[in-house]
Amino acid sequence: MTMTIWQGILTVAAVAAGTMLTRFLPFIIFPESKQPPRLIEYLGSVLPYAMTGLLVVYALRNTPILTGSHGIPELAACVIIVVLHCWKRNMMLSIAAGTLAYMIMVQLVF
Amino acid sequence: MAHTRITTATPSPTRHHRSSVRLQALRAAFPFTMPICLGFLFLGTSYGILMGTKGFSFVWPMCMSAFIFAGSMEFVTVNLLLSAFNPIAAFLLALMVNARHLFYGLSMLNSFKGMGWKRPYLIFGMCDETFAINSTARIPRDVDRGWFYLWVTVLNQIYWVTGATVGGLIGSNLTFNTDGLEFVLTALFLVIFLDQWLSGKHREHLSAIVGVLSSLVCLALFGAEDFMIPSMIIMLALFVLLRPHLDTLHHQPSTADSHIQEEHQA
Repeated sequence: MTMTIWQGILTVAAVAAGTMLTRFLPFIIFPESKQPPRLIEYLGSVLPYAMTGLLVVYALRNTPILTGSHGIPELAACVIIVVLHCWKRNMMLSIAAGTLAYMIMVQLVF
Repeated sequence: MAHTRITTATPSPTRHHRSSVRLQALRAAFPFTMPICLGFLFLGTSYGILMGTKGFSFVWPMCMSAFIFAGSMEFVTVNLLLSAFNPIAAFLLALMVNARHLFYGLSMLNSFKGMGWKRPYLIFGMCDETFAINSTARIPRDVDRGWFYLWVTVLNQIYWVTGATVGGLIGSNLTFNTDGLEFVLTALFLVIFLDQWLSGKHREHLSAIVGVLSSLVCLALFGAEDFMIPSMIIMLALFVLLRPHLDTLHHQPSTADSHIQEEHQA
């Protein structure tokens, strides 16, 4: 570490403060005691669906499409999860099968 | 909202009753967190090992995972600690990397109403995975919503801090081939997405499509490191544009919530 210990602690504190601001800000702007505007209520009702979609893309953002394995293990594992989940609707089964398939592919095939 | 808003309404404040409410919520919450347990122990350990190999004592990953508790930002902070001292840049970077939390907060404004002392911690601990579970899980009618949220948040943080600390302690002595195990969190998000899709109707489907399309387009345009904030802006614009079409909340969530609040205070 090139910093002194206190500079390190301050850096961590700054990162923690920034992170906490993003988590607390909506609750500070729209406190419990007041009814939030209708627009905000509307956004709160549609955003969870959109944010899960964003998280899926976010989790796959570093998939190499043009190089290396061309994203085949990711695609195959996702297809396995989609098919299995539509069929059995079992969260643990879908996650375990998809992850195992992915691990086997990246360790043994690609 | 997909989840039930009903809590156990029996106000019998005996110690035995309260502990059984807690236990019942734990039993309901734990299965949801199992994939996160696997993913967090693995990723947390990798993060701890990374810090260990860069010469940090295990105290660093332990404290950082406990106080920052935002996985990707902790990996970024390792590099910040190894470069020139600039806390203001670190603060601003944390704001940008974690801007998605703003939308989590907006989504949970209603759900976290009337949570009392649990509320600050629920907000503090709302990482991606905790948000994904708490915003979508269909909590059984007889389970206390507040305790369910709290258990999901606490368990996930325990997994992460444990992983990071153990990683910091063992350094790079891991022999088991874990290549690809990080996919467990991708799988978790995908399964939650599928659950929302399969149980949703027109409005939910359109919202999900907005989320996926705006982030895919921005990923192609801005690249993996910078696509988050543009996609949030586009998402917001699309939702405002589509509001006449999507805003079909005919029921009154406000009255339902104040009802729950009364029950909590009872």
